[in-house]
Amino acid sequence: MAEGDKKKEGDKKKEGDQKKKARKHGSRNPVLVRGIGRYSRSAMYAPVTKVEKKIKERAPAKVVKTVGGDKNGGTRVVKLRKLPRYYPTEDVPRKLRSHGIKPFSQHRRKLRKSISPGTVLILLTGRHRGKRVVFLKQLGTGLLLVTGPLALNRVPLRRAHQKFCIATTTKVDISSVKIPKTLTDTYFKKKKLRRPKHQEGEIFDTEKEKYQLTEQRKADQKAVDSQLLPLIKKVPQLKGYLRSTFCLSNGVYPHKLVF
Amino acid sequence: MVFKRFVEIGRVAFVAFGPYEGKLVAIVDVIDQNRALVDGPCTGVKRQALPFKCLQLTDYVIKVPHSARQKYVRRAWEKAEINKKWEESSWAKKIEARKKRATMSDFDRYKVMTAKKMRNKIIKHELTVLVQRRLRLEL
Repeated sequence: MAEGDKKKEGDKKKEGDQKKKARKHGSRNPVLVRGIGRYSRSAMYAPVTKVEKKIKERAPAKVVKTVGGDKNGGTRVVKLRKLPRYYPTEDVPRKLRSHGIKPFSQHRRKLRKSISPGTVLILLTGRHRGKRVVFLKQLGTGLLLVTGPLALNRVPLRRAHQKFCIATTTKVDISSVKIPKTLTDTYFKKKKLRRPKHQEGEIFDTEKEKYQLTEQRKADQKAVDSQLLPLIKKVPQLKGYLRSTFCLSNGVYPHKLVF
Repeated sequence: MVFKRFVEIGRVAFVAFGPYEGKLVAIVDVIDQNRALVDGPCTGVKRQALPFKCLQLTDYVIKVPHSARQKYVRRAWEKAEINKKWEESSWAKKIEARKKRATMSDFDRYKVMTAKKMRNKIIKHELTVLVQRRLRLEL
């Protein structure tokens, strides 16, 4: 078995052999007759050189503890890793075959072609419905980051849903505006301050029903708006446009309007 | 009611609907009760039969013999400067205005609204000045 000897010599992988030509990998099982090899499956599987198995040090499974208290004296043997106290009827609940069902965080976020940074959007729902607002960027969850600016129409840095906005063709050049990186979905997420340890008498009295304005929000608003406002002032009448609200009147049909 | 515009050879007509919508053509010949042979060399309409239903007569007539060749229709059309006259007519201007209004963006609509507001303010102001003056005379 010349091949076995070769293997013993070139012990540690092919690092030493790199200078020699890389050997083409072939079967180490010589063929006796077509379809029949020299060595059986188990002979091929077993390693040629025996490997010494290292015996790992095992963590102790039992501990001997002394008993105090009532039954003082004596020792008890306590198992460290106990058997589970409950076995569910099904080990893992059986899932039907599904393909490509991803959790929300991995969904593909789409953005309408008509919406790009700097577009003026018309908000359709929420307390700011009808207001015209400047789109800044799309956040991780797909919601749109939008600002009034606050000084023009009292719309702060806020999230808006793409489906509930009309995108107008009016755009402001926002390429020079730097949006702070701290503005993410977690920044805007509503805070829940409910403590279930409360006594039963005050279930419906939630603490944070009213929105509290924080200094950080004010600072971020100022940072963004101070960059935006001069850009808006450059375009004639855009300031007044953002201050006004959108409404329908007689003879105005949304399907016929070009926004 | 007296009719002023007649279907005649050389009458310039406006095509109201169909593939040649919005174009001017000259009536070159009458085929039967419903159709006319029509040609619009200067407006890009090939010589063809069009039904009268889709034609709306204009005020212009060009001097052309019946079944005249396209070359002569073109000559007569350019001599009469129909395209220029059409652009200046209020009919064409109204069409243009309607098109502009339809493609107005939301921002444009806002600008129009503010312009109208300013204009009306000035007019109302002038009107009240005149009315006050008149009232003062009557007293």
